[in-house]
Amino acid sequence: MTVHSFEEHFEEKLDKDIAIEPRDWMPDTYRKTLIRQISQHAHSEIVGMLPEGNWITRAPSLRRKAVLLAKVQDEAGHGLYLYSAAETLGVSRDELYDQLHSGKAKYSSIFNYPTLTWADMGAIGWLVDGAAIMNQVPLCRTSYGPYARAMVRVCKEESFHQRQGFEIMLTLSNGTEVQKKMAQDALNRWWWPSIMMFGPPDAESPNTEMSVRWKIKRFTNDELRQKFIDVTVEQTKILGLEVPDKDLKWNEERGHYDFGAIDWAEFWNVVKGNGPCNKERLETRKKAWEEGEWVREAAAAYAEKRKKKAGEQQAA
Amino acid sequence: MIESNQLVNKATSQLSYTLQIADNALIMGHRLSEWCGHGPILEQDIALTNIALDHLGQARSLYQYAAEQFNALPAAEKEKFFVSPALQSIIATGKAMDEDDMAYLRDGWDFRNVLLVEQPNKDWAYTVVRSLCYDAFNFFFYTALQKSNDETLAAIAEKSLKEVTYHLRWSSEWAIRLGDGTEESNKRIKEAVTDRWQYTGELYTMNATDKAMQEAGIGTNLDDIKAKWQERINAVMSEAGLDIPSTGWMQHGGKEGRHTEHLGYILAELQFMQRAYPNMEW
Repeated sequence: MTVHSFEEHFEEKLDKDIAIEPRDWMPDTYRKTLIRQISQHAHSEIVGMLPEGNWITRAPSLRRKAVLLAKVQDEAGHGLYLYSAAETLGVSRDELYDQLHSGKAKYSSIFNYPTLTWADMGAIGWLVDGAAIMNQVPLCRTSYGPYARAMVRVCKEESFHQRQGFEIMLTLSNGTEVQKKMAQDALNRWWWPSIMMFGPPDAESPNTEMSVRWKIKRFTNDELRQKFIDVTVEQTKILGLEVPDKDLKWNEERGHYDFGAIDWAEFWNVVKGNGPCNKERLETRKKAWEEGEWVREAAAAYAEKRKKKAGEQQAA
Repeated sequence: MIESNQLVNKATSQLSYTLQIADNALIMGHRLSEWCGHGPILEQDIALTNIALDHLGQARSLYQYAAEQFNALPAAEKEKFFVSPALQSIIATGKAMDEDDMAYLRDGWDFRNVLLVEQPNKDWAYTVVRSLCYDAFNFFFYTALQKSNDETLAAIAEKSLKEVTYHLRWSSEWAIRLGDGTEESNKRIKEAVTDRWQYTGELYTMNATDKAMQEAGIGTNLDDIKAKWQERINAVMSEAGLDIPSTGWMQHGGKEGRHTEHLGYILAELQFMQRAYPNMEW
């Protein structure tokens, strides 16, 4: 087959919604886009363990502690599936870690915000995981097979996370005055960063058009953001909390909520490293990696010795 | 009258015994949970969190049982049992205790966990050594506790044993891997064994509660466990190429409520929410 026919074959698969598999020919840019997106997603899971991990030792009840611990562990699991999916594209986990640690690879900016009260565990589950689900459900049908399959597992667990986050918020909003205040304060701080999670507006999103054509992405940033706002505002009413957006209004004609201007200057600053926790999060990851080096070396050396011993025993 | 006093004594000893087991599980689980998100290898981060969850699950079952035992005590005994003002105020209202009251509202001197489990994680080697020493104890302890006259404890032991069997395999494998890995890992684990060894004697030292419960057929004989523990630890250490420290002075006090400085900080974090925002549902 000529390059031309390889490409035609690839396009044909996309048109017919047949998954692209690791051994299939794919355009270089498709491969690169996927590595970028999947690794960014994997890094987000791993860095995302930190803001919630911050409350594991302080969870207010034994049940909440167990659920939170299990949730953060799920995120580690998601990181694992996603790194494995990225590896099928010919990049190693160590290389991807290097990119994260050197600042070359990005992760979701939301995790550069601090978790200041227990209510943040509710707000993250409800809003951040809620936004992540909106972004991720369409990825269960993304064109690259290993990524789509990883996402099916991820989404199942994420919807459980979102429910438990909402349940934390509900408990707080049905609680005492100070608990309600805690819930509202968390909503105030997480609302805007959450709706920024869908990325820049379509007109300014450099990767959207190609990704949609390749069926890596199924909906645009703005479409998903609108959907998230429409659903979440209704949930806020159940909680009896107030969305911190004075311009928020139901638009009968559009059948959607209109919302206020998003502070994109803040978004780009956090992306560029100026968020409240960028430095801390990255340093924490680097520290874990560097301090773990001797452990990984020991494990490798021991495995090597065992292999050698087994070989000698077989020879004898 | 003498008979009823004896019954009360037995009930309070039984409660102390349940709490002593529960406190070990909670504090161990708490320490291990501190690794979550900071592990040296992603797969190990997940494994350690699993283990932390097992300990926490055991702690919950045991605290639920302890709360039940406490709620069944005569009023006069309830008032005497805990010194914590937070618990005293709940007792005064006549409200029933639950698992969270047991974990979050007792003070340091009420906690009966062994000193070993409250020691800081420090690094992977210290964490592995602490786990190995505790897991080996727990394995033989729960094995014996399955035969307890106390059906609830026996059932918890049976369920926990499946988990603890895995914990012991995990920590044994890691001890061997580090001992027989690189020069650095060998040096680090040696140091950890040397430093933590002084906290192992308390695991199998019988206090008054242990003795009373053994006599009642509820508790286990820790002398038997000591022998089995030593045998298992010797085997793992020898495979890891590590020496057992020549038994020197052993630290005690945890089982009597006299702890190292570390427990205070664990409780300051663990209990923060319940202390700062009392009497709320979470």
